[in-house]
Amino acid sequence: MLKSVFSGSGPGSKLLIVLALIVFLGLALTPFLFSGTRAMETGAKIAIFIVLVASYDLLLGYTGIVSFAHTVFFGFGAYGVALATQRMGSGWDALALGTLGGVALSVVLAFGVAMFSLRVRAIFFAMITMAVASAIAVLVSQLSWLTGGEDGMNIKIPRELTPAFRMDLEIFGTKITGRVLNYYLVFFSAFALFLLMLRVVSSPFGRVLQAIRENPFRAEAIGYRVVVYRTVATCLSAAIAALAGALFAIWLRYVGPDTTLSAELMIDILLMVVIGGMGTLWGAVLGAAIFVLAQSYLQVLMAQGAAATAALPLIPDLLNPDRWLLWLGLLFILSVYFFPTGIVGRLKAVK
Amino acid sequence: MSAAPDHTPVMTRPPLALRLEPWLPVLLLPLLVLAGWLAIPSASSWLTLTISGLAMGMMIFVIASGMTLIFGLMDIINFGHGAFISFGAFAGVSVLIWLSALTGAPSLLLNLLALLAAVLAAMAFTGALGWGFERVIIRPVYGSHLKQILVTMGGLIVAEQLIQVIWGPREIHIARPEMLKGAVTVMGATLEKYRLVAVATGLVVFLAMRAVLRGTRIGLIVRAGVENREMVQAMGYRINRVFIAVFIAGSALAGLGGVMWALYQEMITAHMGNEIMVLVFIVVIIGGLGSVEGAFIGALMVGLLQNYVAFLEPKAALISNIGLMVAILMWRPQGMSPVIRV
Repeated sequence: MLKSVFSGSGPGSKLLIVLALIVFLGLALTPFLFSGTRAMETGAKIAIFIVLVASYDLLLGYTGIVSFAHTVFFGFGAYGVALATQRMGSGWDALALGTLGGVALSVVLAFGVAMFSLRVRAIFFAMITMAVASAIAVLVSQLSWLTGGEDGMNIKIPRELTPAFRMDLEIFGTKITGRVLNYYLVFFSAFALFLLMLRVVSSPFGRVLQAIRENPFRAEAIGYRVVVYRTVATCLSAAIAALAGALFAIWLRYVGPDTTLSAELMIDILLMVVIGGMGTLWGAVLGAAIFVLAQSYLQVLMAQGAAATAALPLIPDLLNPDRWLLWLGLLFILSVYFFPTGIVGRLKAVK
Repeated sequence: MSAAPDHTPVMTRPPLALRLEPWLPVLLLPLLVLAGWLAIPSASSWLTLTISGLAMGMMIFVIASGMTLIFGLMDIINFGHGAFISFGAFAGVSVLIWLSALTGAPSLLLNLLALLAAVLAAMAFTGALGWGFERVIIRPVYGSHLKQILVTMGGLIVAEQLIQVIWGPREIHIARPEMLKGAVTVMGATLEKYRLVAVATGLVVFLAMRAVLRGTRIGLIVRAGVENREMVQAMGYRINRVFIAVFIAGSALAGLGGVMWALYQEMITAHMGNEIMVLVFIVVIIGGLGSVEGAFIGALMVGLLQNYVAFLEPKAALISNIGLMVAILMWRPQGMSPVIRV
């Protein structure tokens, strides 16, 4: 049964199954296991990032395309919801329309960029997407009449999803509020999208993508139109990123250039994919979970380290909690060199 | 038996359009300046904008030239090039602050001396860093573009963080040397002195680079290496050594660009390098990967367009450069380099 749920691309090793199960159960039961809003914030962020990172992995890990514009599609989804609810009020129809609009725009842009740069030279794609992403981030923060500029926009969502909505229901001592319902909307949507992506990579289409990654000339020679497959993969990954963006907007009830479009976010995604493991969607699960937890807890650890070494020169600066990206960056470089398949690849080798 | 086909060779000069074609990329530049003149109502603002566009273009060229040569020679794409810009800027600014007695003095000679010291220090520093970067970060991933992009991005992240460890997380403000402050007025147009210095510096770098590439033995090897690396190796040259030299020079030039940019903006942050890199990528793509002259023309076009458009419609500035890139790639998918190769 599980095999068909995972479309035949299960985690692979026992240890990995256990870890994936921990992440799954942890996310599924967050509102009941942990008290306080912070836990739910972290859980929702992990769920959304798993989808975002996995959709990026479709490009990077499965097709071998490096794109720096993934945040743009994420942002389009989020801004789509924001603009639709601003115009149409806080109904479900506005959410649906905004999400669809964001997805449509993302697919169109992804198609344009792909047609344009994938044909020319693969290496151009990375540079062109970086330029486009930065131009769009600047544009969004400048068009303040439309997007709220640097301040971003607050989003009105249906009342059933807000903390103000209360049901007369209590499960395991947790009151079921709109916030909890919203959490499960995010969780189940993310879960469904993840299963969809597993289906895609296990399909003949997904296999062709991997063939292209390994050897584009050979794939072309066998008779697959490499450009077409690469373009479709780009569009698909953009659409899923936009859906993740819409979820993010609905969950946060806020969208701004810093949280959805910044270059820092793009780097975070890159770190999550590579550290988790490229070319396997399970890498996205572990990468996103570890990264988001590290964001919260590594910094605490580093602050303790900095305090303990305060008397020494330089070391407290290196352990300053704001410098946590330094260590993740080093881990990133070491990952690319020594275990390019990431944590998941290592665990699979253990068996 | 049929008659032999009739051959009457026609001796005509190729039409003008055909003879002009190889020069079109070069001609684009005056065309752009002319278009700016037509679009901008006042002649004095046009002159101001042209000079600042040229200044910006020269700085981008200084940075882009190293990157494009590194790619051309070794097929290595360095996304961490921006780190050298930032490191150069921070090193140069530190020297300028240390020499504040010289930069504050109302003497052009002392000011230029301080500037020269800062530039040399920055170039030596980033050149040394480039040597280390090549050894540690890039050497293990020769031949794989995907890994190069990832690893050099990682190098960039670490470098930006290290800058913040060494110089602190806050931006640093830096005043220009005393005699380079202010502006001169030419035909009613205010031209900032520093921008004129930047234009001159960029031009010197370009001409020096051209002289080295065209007139010296090492330049010949570099140009041949860009054309066909294997053949140069087969001739018995150790192209790897040449490449390391080019990498160090390219990093040092990025450091020089960083110092120039720091004094242009009068403020530096750890992320400045990566912000400039967006324009550098556009320039390298427009010029054609591997072509120094293409990068020169591309950089000037990007600088001019950015300034003209920012004056006419501020919000469209960066988008206009993307548009320029799209247009050029539609016209010449490999960039302008097939025509004007180094």
